[in-house]
Amino acid sequence: MATLTVPEAPIRTAPAKAPVDPRHRAFTVLCVVVLVVFAALWLVPMVWAVDTSIRPESEITTAPATWWTSHPTLDAYRQVLSAGRMPVWYLNSFLVALLTAVFAVVVCSMAGFAVARVRFRGRRIVTGLVLAGLLIPPQTLIMPQFQEFAGLHLLNTYWALILPSVPTSVAVFVFASFFAGLPGELAESARIDGAGWFRVYSRIFLPLCRPAASAVFIFTFVWSWNNFLWPLLTMTSTEVMTIPVGLNVVQDSYGIRYAQVMASAVLGALPLFAVFLVVQRRIVEGIANTGIK
Amino acid sequence: MSATAAAPPTGALPGVRDTPRGAGTIGQTRAGFGLLTPFLVLYLAFLIGPALYGLLMSFFDGSSVRSGLGPFAGFGNYTEALTSSDFWSSMWHTVLFTLLTTPPLVLVALALAMLTDRIRRGRWFFRLVFFAPYVMPVTCVGLVFTWMYVPQTGLFATWLDALGLPAPAWLADPNWAMIAVALMTVWWTIGFNFVLYLAGLQDIPRELYEAAAVDGAGPGAQWRRITVPLLSRTTALVTMLQTIASLKVFDQIYLLTVGGPNYSTRPVIEYIYDVGFTDFRTGYGAAASMLYFVVILAVSAVWFAISRRRA
Repeated sequence: MATLTVPEAPIRTAPAKAPVDPRHRAFTVLCVVVLVVFAALWLVPMVWAVDTSIRPESEITTAPATWWTSHPTLDAYRQVLSAGRMPVWYLNSFLVALLTAVFAVVVCSMAGFAVARVRFRGRRIVTGLVLAGLLIPPQTLIMPQFQEFAGLHLLNTYWALILPSVPTSVAVFVFASFFAGLPGELAESARIDGAGWFRVYSRIFLPLCRPAASAVFIFTFVWSWNNFLWPLLTMTSTEVMTIPVGLNVVQDSYGIRYAQVMASAVLGALPLFAVFLVVQRRIVEGIANTGIK
Repeated sequence: MSATAAAPPTGALPGVRDTPRGAGTIGQTRAGFGLLTPFLVLYLAFLIGPALYGLLMSFFDGSSVRSGLGPFAGFGNYTEALTSSDFWSSMWHTVLFTLLTTPPLVLVALALAMLTDRIRRGRWFFRLVFFAPYVMPVTCVGLVFTWMYVPQTGLFATWLDALGLPAPAWLADPNWAMIAVALMTVWWTIGFNFVLYLAGLQDIPRELYEAAAVDGAGPGAQWRRITVPLLSRTTALVTMLQTIASLKVFDQIYLLTVGGPNYSTRPVIEYIYDVGFTDFRTGYGAAASMLYFVVILAVSAVWFAISRRRA
């Protein structure tokens, strides 16, 4: 695919009106070449991981840097999936990420609606309080949070991973700015018809906020799936580990069996890769519109 | 670009400003807080509460092996951290990582976005290639790069060997370990900045380039006079987000080097993790967390002031 674009691109990018300046054309070719080189560099680690994972273990240690194998095998994948805890970790990661994302959408959209649409006393104070959350890096809270969850006897449970990740200030502001952009008559006419505020939120505004909701859902899901430090602290039993934390123990147990280590890495990356392929556009739009990092 | 992180969110919410005095009826107040309750309960319980408790902890000599706050320490923990060479070296490693990663993650992302923006066909392919690593869990990226950094048999060692260059012992050499971590981070996270820049480039009206071309401006002049100035807001945003993200580094370093060799790459968060969870000194760890929080806050404030003046 990449090599196909090389000869075509210069013709396509040449301005249609002006006569083609040969220097301009040469410059465009140079740009495409540089881009293709970088793309190749970015593909190397991914291709290399897959390549290693399908080679027999004996070949990896004898000829580590050859790319082609005459005996491709899926043994490493079979072993990882049958002997390891990978399936359990998949389930854990999926449940935790799904519940976190669902709760975040519900809880933060309600809060965003209140902040943007309901004129209640104390709104400025609440907005300031939510704003303060943007400034607190969660990494500085690991010790008090750990003591809190130890005190609540929630370590090694899904709740330890879900609860702190649901109330995020960024998500509230994403919803609030979306709701603030909708026409005010929507709420007013419903209020005149006698609908309660919760009804206005759930029947009118929530169904309209799909762009904001999908951005918050996708980002919370991906972030939760990939979260490492907090699950590393709170998930010490291999039964409840998520993929990133579980894979951290894989390396130690497999030692230098690189085919299995790489098969685990590929399997760990695969689900989000698939999600990304499906919702690529939404992810890209979400970043462009919100700059969530 | 409506970037929540860059624009002050209160200003970005037209609804918040125009509250007439006394507009809040009892019904609205009840509805407002009713809708906010689930968020506020979780937010106060798991974010604001721990933040305040962490501040309190930092003034006591707490230990995770016994319950309670422990004996009162005053500013003892803070003086100890500020005079500890281990704390300062971990602070330096965090700053060094930020200095090593932020410039390439901003400049290379800009360059790749401009090149991708120039081509007409296959844009989706480059967006896919550069962004895909960003959705991979850090542990997977760590496993792959550890394998590539293996001395003698790893991919990088073989490449350098083929070029006739001496291959460093990447992760085992104190001079190279941080560079190795930085390289992996650039590969892993560049897609995010790349996408922000692509969006910024697409916001520039094409007519500007066409008008400039009619006036005889070449690609170089167009780049200098149109692209760069109109991207300055995006650049400010990308640089701020990147600086703060880099200052929070822990995962990559923990996975690749565990802070080694000989603590030469240990970042602040790992220092906090070590004193709090390995040495069980929670009070001291909390004080180190607070000092680190102040640094993040100061950097955010500086960036906020700069982007505000520009906008």
